[in-house]
Amino acid sequence: MIKMQELRKDFTVRVKAGRLRREKRTVAAVDGVSLTVEPGEMVGYIGPNGAGKSTTLKMLTGVLAPTSGEVSVFGLTPVPQRTRLALRIGVVFGQRSQLWWDLPLHESFRLLRHIYRVPPAEHEARLRRCRELLDLDGFLDTPVRQLSLGQRMRGEITAALLHGPKVLFLDEPTIGLDVVSKQAVRSFLAELGASGDMTLVLTTHDLADIERLCDRLVVIDHGRVVHDGTIEALHARYGSRRSLVVDLDEPLPPGFALPGASMGAVEADGHRVTFALDGSSAGAAVAGLVAVASVRDLSVVEPDIEDVVARLYQAG
Amino acid sequence: MDRIGASVLTISPSRPFRVSATTFGALVWSGFRRYATYRQATIAGSFTNIVFGFLRCYVLLAVAAGAVGNRPGGYDVEQLATYVWVGQGLLSVIGIWGWTELADRIRTGDIASDLLRPVPPVVSYLATDLGRATHGMLTRFIPPLIIGALFFPFSTPDRWQTVPLFVLSVVLAVIGSFGCRYLVNATAYWLHDARGPQMLWTLGSGVLAGLYFPLRLLPEWLTVTLWVATPLPGLLQTPLDVLVERDSPAVQAGLVALQAFWAVAMLALAALVQRRAERKLVVQGG
Repeated sequence: MIKMQELRKDFTVRVKAGRLRREKRTVAAVDGVSLTVEPGEMVGYIGPNGAGKSTTLKMLTGVLAPTSGEVSVFGLTPVPQRTRLALRIGVVFGQRSQLWWDLPLHESFRLLRHIYRVPPAEHEARLRRCRELLDLDGFLDTPVRQLSLGQRMRGEITAALLHGPKVLFLDEPTIGLDVVSKQAVRSFLAELGASGDMTLVLTTHDLADIERLCDRLVVIDHGRVVHDGTIEALHARYGSRRSLVVDLDEPLPPGFALPGASMGAVEADGHRVTFALDGSSAGAAVAGLVAVASVRDLSVVEPDIEDVVARLYQAG
Repeated sequence: MDRIGASVLTISPSRPFRVSATTFGALVWSGFRRYATYRQATIAGSFTNIVFGFLRCYVLLAVAAGAVGNRPGGYDVEQLATYVWVGQGLLSVIGIWGWTELADRIRTGDIASDLLRPVPPVVSYLATDLGRATHGMLTRFIPPLIIGALFFPFSTPDRWQTVPLFVLSVVLAVIGSFGCRYLVNATAYWLHDARGPQMLWTLGSGVLAGLYFPLRLLPEWLTVTLWVATPLPGLLQTPLDVLVERDSPAVQAGLVALQAFWAVAMLALAALVQRRAERKLVVQGG
């Protein structure tokens, strides 16, 4: 469905080099990305600011022409076949609006129906569904310029779906949203993806979006793919482990070792100890602990995706 | 959710590059609706047009009083008054000034959203502009005309073809003006900021379209050169000269034909520039 082969995008920047002289310098925003996305996949595309995420998305949607490499979506080449492609994809840019600033939301939708030439019955059915799931009814008559960011984003997502695209590209769809709006957007997208009919490519800085929505995670840094796989695979690769935090009545004896776990931070004069679970199950580790010490409280902490990703970015 | 993801084949038109009349019509209507939102601005605009109408009219009538035979540039007093007041009414219909939407969208990168639609940007902006012009025709054209007719003598057309020719000429002026403005705005693709070209355009178009004074006041060789070599007289002077019957019927029709040529040429050029720009486009702001 989506194929990228050694995709590259260079930008020319002019850098001051002396009082009047300016030098041209070429910067690779996307530097040889190769990816294939199958129908029905939900792919999270993450990377630090300036990594090349949005540039990739713009090349996939036909807004930017690649410097070199190949890209195809539905077998179409995005830039030359942009208008044909536009009928089959939906795009949401979190930081831009595709709605008409001066028009009420429902008129924007009506206009999109004509632009995409959607039969009225199909349009109505899709709009009704979005109205229910995204709770649009309260602001359908409000001009877009008066909508809150959360309302507008729900409108944007609806606008991207009204022509029934098979692929939805979302560029930071939850940026700047409050917790409730974020949840509304996420659960809507999750439901959309769960139908198995829709392919979703999502860029974000909010890793909760990825954890909630995507089975596949592509990490890009300096224009190159540094990870492509599941979130679990990322944890395994970067050695992020679950940990066991125990509160003890008495500090552990010196030289204490727990098989299959390594001791991490010791806090509160030895009354709180964190173990990283290397191979042992949480149950076995707890059993090993209670055999030698009096445990007052314990918790198992899942590895933090943010930590892993931060380490990944810093390594780049 | 299955209904949202319904088959795309049903909406994929057989001729995807053609814009249907319904799509075009809906875009025209959207342009109309967008301008209809700002009613106070419409009233304020009409008031300004009327104030400047008085100023321009008195200046030109003073010129006429001092001219040989009271006919500067071949216009009599009624023709001059009509020229000024209809011109004031047409100003916001043709809209030579004040449109920076495309340049702004290029500068902010919002142009990306326009490119994601299955309608070429030149076509969708043209449709929207025709909607804007229709709104201008219904709201801004009439008030200066009424006020002008109350205070000054107007000339009325003698020939049957004058009014239809005038209507055609106004449509062509709107299209020509759109083409020119699109090109001025499109410089932002290369310059990122089109304020310089905009200023040049504002100054140049006012003088050379015949707004500040009828171009017939200039030496004849210059007038003819401007008419043939630039689209600018076609933006305002042509419809006004057609209406006041400044020339013989043959020249009257010829001027509209020339205007049509320039309108088509400017649209074609705008489409060409847009295609060029898309190849080197840099979307600003992430």
